[in-house]
Amino acid sequence: MYPFAYHRPSSVADAAALLARSEDGRPLAGGMSLIPTLRFRLARASDLIDLNGIDSLASIERRGGTLRIGAMTRHAAVAASPAVAEAIPALAALAESIGDVQVRNRGTIGGSICFADPAADYPAGLLGLGATVNTDRRAIAADDFFTGLYETALAEDELVVSVDFPIPRKAGWAKFGNQASRFAVAAVMVSRTGDAVRVAVTGAKACVFRVPEMEAALAADFAAEALEGVALPACGLNEDLHADAAYRAHLVGAMARRAVRAAGVR
Amino acid sequence: MDGISVTLTVNGREESATVDPRTLLVHFLREELHLTGTHMGCDTSQCGACTVHLDGRPIKSCAIFTAQLDGASVTTIEGVAETGRLHPMQAAFKEHHGLQCGFCTPGMVMMGIDIANRHEAPSEATIRHELEGNLCRCTGYHNIVESIAAGARAMRG
Repeated sequence: MYPFAYHRPSSVADAAALLARSEDGRPLAGGMSLIPTLRFRLARASDLIDLNGIDSLASIERRGGTLRIGAMTRHAAVAASPAVAEAIPALAALAESIGDVQVRNRGTIGGSICFADPAADYPAGLLGLGATVNTDRRAIAADDFFTGLYETALAEDELVVSVDFPIPRKAGWAKFGNQASRFAVAAVMVSRTGDAVRVAVTGAKACVFRVPEMEAALAADFAAEALEGVALPACGLNEDLHADAAYRAHLVGAMARRAVRAAGVR
Repeated sequence: MDGISVTLTVNGREESATVDPRTLLVHFLREELHLTGTHMGCDTSQCGACTVHLDGRPIKSCAIFTAQLDGASVTTIEGVAETGRLHPMQAAFKEHHGLQCGFCTPGMVMMGIDIANRHEAPSEATIRHELEGNLCRCTGYHNIVESIAAGARAMRG
């Protein structure tokens, strides 16, 4: 690991000031991706600004038709939350499907979306549920937040504070996880909010994406059968040791149908 | 880089130290406190041999900095037994042959205790699912799962 200076602010304002002041600082959330990345010298930082001392960032709150989850809320807390289970059970299922027990006890929603791993689960959760990311200065729609491989719309010194999820009529999560790492080979979040249908896929391209053809089919008939014959082209999908593009395309279809079936069960 | 002063509780004992910010908890435990029961297995935070309890919950001590732990309470495998008497989960691993080479065992026992804490009478399926983050390359898990089921029963008394 390259050397860095460590800071532990107790407020968002202090964290933002430290980040703005640092030469090449990075916020430290759960550390489940950042710490191994630093250890392997795949990343370096002049300063690590530890957000774990900012208690106000760990919260789950329902306000009318919106579920607000604080950036430092850990996966285990989302998975176990009665408020999440009541409002958006698919989101609890997503959190429960991340990594393993130890990782879920540390990893956070804010850290996951800011790291924007192409196979991470939360990006599909945000995009598939039409969430909004609240930062220390603005609100960013999930549609605009994820911009590429490990890339987001955040400015270098911008901090994510919370995520707002509109509570859908129905939502479902299905994931085909890598047997070793539990990262998604392909995973899908589907939702229906009012008449709007969203289908978001992670693990299959460089960045999370929506599938308009599937959304149109489900808008006409929100049933797994409606997706029969709506194939995702294999062209442009990820290929690796675990799945070639054609197999991933098949998995996306299978996960989308499973997600719709899961959405029907409440 | 400046050292960071931390005071944390490890196995019920208060420890104060000034650490390099890069010091992982697993290295602090092994090299500073000489608590070498916590093992470093994979270097990729997947194997779970370094599992310890942080404020009562299992985490991987290779993926957290000691500097983050001021005021925290850590329990390692050395802290679970009462003097001269194995913890029921340790005794169950011994009784049910839940180990071969023993390298993963400290992490397995710490995870087993957590599983028993959270599930009244964990089924085989539950135990296998909850062991997602703990790898064993000897046993094929069968006896580990039996050990944890028996340890959980023993912990309920």
